[in-house]
Amino acid sequence: MTTAADQSMPKLTAKDFASTQEVKWCPGCGDYSILKQVQTVFPDLGIPKEDIVFISGIGCAARFTYYMDTYGMHSIHGRAAAIASGVKISNPELSVWLVSGDGDAFSIGGNHFIHLMRKNFDMNYLVFNNQIYGLTKGQYSPTSEKGKVAKSTPFGSVEEPFNPTELALGAKSSFVARTMDRDPKHLQAMLKRAHEHKGTSFVEIYQNCAVFNDGAFFSFSDKETKKETAIFLEHGKPLIFGDNNDKGIRLDGLKPVIVDLNTSGLSANDMWIHDEKDKTKAHIIGSFFDSAFEGGHFPRPFGVIYTEDRPTFEDGLHNQIQELIARKGKPALDKILSGDKTWTIL
Amino acid sequence: MEQTLDNKVGSNAQLIDAESIVIRFSGDSGDGMQLTGMQFTDTAALLGNDLATFPDYPAEIRAPVGTTAGVSGFQVHFGSREIYTPGDQFDVLVAMNSAALKVDLPRLKKGGVIITNIAGFDKKNLNLAGYPDGVNPLNDGSLENYIVHKLDVTKLTKECLSDSGLGMKEIERSKNMFVLGLLFWMFDETMEYTITFINEKFGKKPEIAAANIKALKAGWNFGDHTEIFTTRYKVSAASLPKGEYRNITGNHATAIGLVAASEMTQLPLFLGSYPITPASDILHDLSKYKTSNVRTFQAEDEIAAICGAIGASYTGSLGVTTTSGPGMALKTEAIGLATMLEIPLVIIDVQRGGPSTGLPTKTEQSDLLMAMYSRHGESPLPVIAASSPSDCFQTVYEACRIAIEHMTPVIFLSDGYIANGSEPWRFPVAADLPKINVSFLTEANGPDGSLLPYKRNDLLVRPWIKPGTEGLMHRIGGLEKQNETGNVSYDAKNHEIMTHLRAEKVEKIAETIPPITVDSGKDSGKLLVLGWGSTAGAIKTAVRECIGLGYDVSHVHLRHINPFPKNLGEVLGKFDTVLIPEMNTGQLLKLIRAKYLIPAIGLSKVQGQPYTTIELKEKILEILK
Ligand code: SF4
Repeated sequence: MTTAADQSMPKLTAKDFASTQEVKWCPGCGDYSILKQVQTVFPDLGIPKEDIVFISGIGCAARFTYYMDTYGMHSIHGRAAAIASGVKISNPELSVWLVSGDGDAFSIGGNHFIHLMRKNFDMNYLVFNNQIYGLTKGQYSPTSEKGKVAKSTPFGSVEEPFNPTELALGAKSSFVARTMDRDPKHLQAMLKRAHEHKGTSFVEIYQNCAVFNDGAFFSFSDKETKKETAIFLEHGKPLIFGDNNDKGIRLDGLKPVIVDLNTSGLSANDMWIHDEKDKTKAHIIGSFFDSAFEGGHFPRPFGVIYTEDRPTFEDGLHNQIQELIARKGKPALDKILSGDKTWTIL
Repeated sequence: MEQTLDNKVGSNAQLIDAESIVIRFSGDSGDGMQLTGMQFTDTAALLGNDLATFPDYPAEIRAPVGTTAGVSGFQVHFGSREIYTPGDQFDVLVAMNSAALKVDLPRLKKGGVIITNIAGFDKKNLNLAGYPDGVNPLNDGSLENYIVHKLDVTKLTKECLSDSGLGMKEIERSKNMFVLGLLFWMFDETMEYTITFINEKFGKKPEIAAANIKALKAGWNFGDHTEIFTTRYKVSAASLPKGEYRNITGNHATAIGLVAASEMTQLPLFLGSYPITPASDILHDLSKYKTSNVRTFQAEDEIAAICGAIGASYTGSLGVTTTSGPGMALKTEAIGLATMLEIPLVIIDVQRGGPSTGLPTKTEQSDLLMAMYSRHGESPLPVIAASSPSDCFQTVYEACRIAIEHMTPVIFLSDGYIANGSEPWRFPVAADLPKINVSFLTEANGPDGSLLPYKRNDLLVRPWIKPGTEGLMHRIGGLEKQNETGNVSYDAKNHEIMTHLRAEKVEKIAETIPPITVDSGKDSGKLLVLGWGSTAGAIKTAVRECIGLGYDVSHVHLRHINPFPKNLGEVLGKFDTVLIPEMNTGQLLKLIRAKYLIPAIGLSKVQGQPYTTIELKEKILEILK
């Protein structure tokens, strides 16, 4: 739980969240936009700066921590989630934000990622997915498309990438969203939603690596292509996309089907209405990623794909402790030292 | 058996006073020997004996039944004098099957007592134990130097529980209680504590409790009423220092030492752990103390366990992680992070035989150099080792003090032998526990209201700053940091300064630890036996016996290994020869030779078993003769 800022305090600005450290990402790196959107949104969240903690692992994204004037730890590769778990258990009042890249979160930190989703601490996990290893200068990553030609795969990679949405859903994530660096408004909205959700909020952010994987996601943000390649989900709204919002998706049983709204005689309201609390449908939306269905190329979904209210780890732990104390009381240290069976030597 | 006096008692058996007795309970993994041994131990302890125990069991939960690989032993040495080891040889061997006899007979004293369950000596069991066809040690004359009692414990238990209404399986499971009852009779000890224990343990299954109690009493009566046993032994209470005592294992002492440090500092205790033998009991024990400001976190792996503890320490808790060798290996990168961050952290390594999975349930002291040097880069850390089950309490408490007062990860070494072994402990009261100073920075500490997270005090310790503290927002991390400001710095000279500062900080801990003193013997002389960790009891016993025989030998035992006590060099210099026995191939030996440039001699044992007194005495006499 985050505490609301004292009403009498002057409202903070984006500048208040910028640290004194010089930002050192490459020119054109998508990380700049993400940093800017975070700093823009944070004053609206109403959390005192001292109650915010950023924990990051290793990679270009992980440097994020140094640029926020909050508390922060730039830790070791893959382990941010594990460190953050200890932070949150120790002080549930803190607003904890994790920043990872795709290698950090899904490769070296994969085990911690899945267990964090399952455990459901109230924290926000921002994964800057650029589908490449940037800091180590351009090797393919666990989210790189199959066949990726990179430094370590000159003839193309031979393995399938992770679909982070499915990974998170499969690991029992209670909040799954996708957004991108080049859509500031949408990114800001997702950050706010993540903050509002009580539980682990996983936000996959498509981020452009200008040096090693430039343009990997441009088709989702470029004017000419984005209408056809991306679909923006809103709770309670139909799944509509296309150049003139003339395509829709509806469910035929559990099979999604793309429908031409001009020719099919169906209207927007006949389409699949997004319900972000429906896990079965979330799995189907998640799988659009792979174009695994007949009937053409499905657009990549952005927005809150799934959210669910369920108890957090820290509440479970601390409530259990409170209940135990209420029922049993707290033993005196002397009682713990002596144990139950003692004898005296005179 | 050291016997003194005969007299007659109610039954026809004579009661002999014995100064100390070693019993080895030995059977199949499923025979309940650990529980039987522990119950016997608890009773002996409550009756005022000094004692030491040694549970010795296989790594497999259910190792192949009836084979020598599946033998599980529990050894208890109890006496009316001070006891420091579980004993080199047994006076009494309880062998529940032929494999148990085969494994443990070599360490039974000549003339010792064997109590066997003949049901475990049928053709099948003899084969499984690897005896040649047609050979049964119980009737081939090979045991004629011993007093052998052949009982069909299985049958006797079945008979006594025939009307209990329990199934055959459950009845058979009570046979260890029959043996325990017989042993209580043999050593003139009360069944009272075990009866209470059984009632508590099987509170929800009264028929099982009743059956176990019945078997226990049947065992006692069997001793009392049959004429088979002609001798009983009485081990009087020991004249230990006055005070209140309890029996304690090393792992439990470690757990409550951590609770004590947390309570005395008012810091919440955070344990991040992943199950591993032989350290898991610390996790189990601490999980029971959740109402005492203890949060236990069973992490997804060893790395997450220590990282959780790092996050907790960063947030102002006392962060602790527990593990054994393989887990230590996984944690090393994170230990490096904690070293770089300079935050308190207690890392507990309950050592076992290595490398790799090695001997999970057997003891060894082979992680010392790993504790000293396993991190990449220059990353010295304090290392501290416990010397006995009860010493785990004081030593882990000291580890917490060093971690908190010096803002550093500390490695605490225990091992399987003392972790599972137990001894009577004159426990302290909270009011007598030493103070641990804790302070958090609450205001900017630099010029013009600036914050310097890595500004150091006289002991080169930086301040502890909790997230949530207004106005002190700052970032820390694994990258090299600029002196004082903590900002990222790749400056060459700065890295050198920081490397030396981190090392000097650890060196300065020596200013706060007491000078080392001689444990047994004179302050100078011909031979010093220098030990660390769990060899303490065996060395003490061997050295004292040699002194008793007129030899010029002394014993010094180290708790602090990094840094060493300041006067250690001076103490070592007063002896012609320094002998360092270790359950490794000479790890402290290397450290001592390197630091003090003395030609110390090593004695090595890597058999997964602790030293016997005889082994040490032989080496001492070889040097002195
Ligand atoms: S390498 Fe790529 S991800 Fe890293 S800073 Fe440069 S552009 Fe950004």
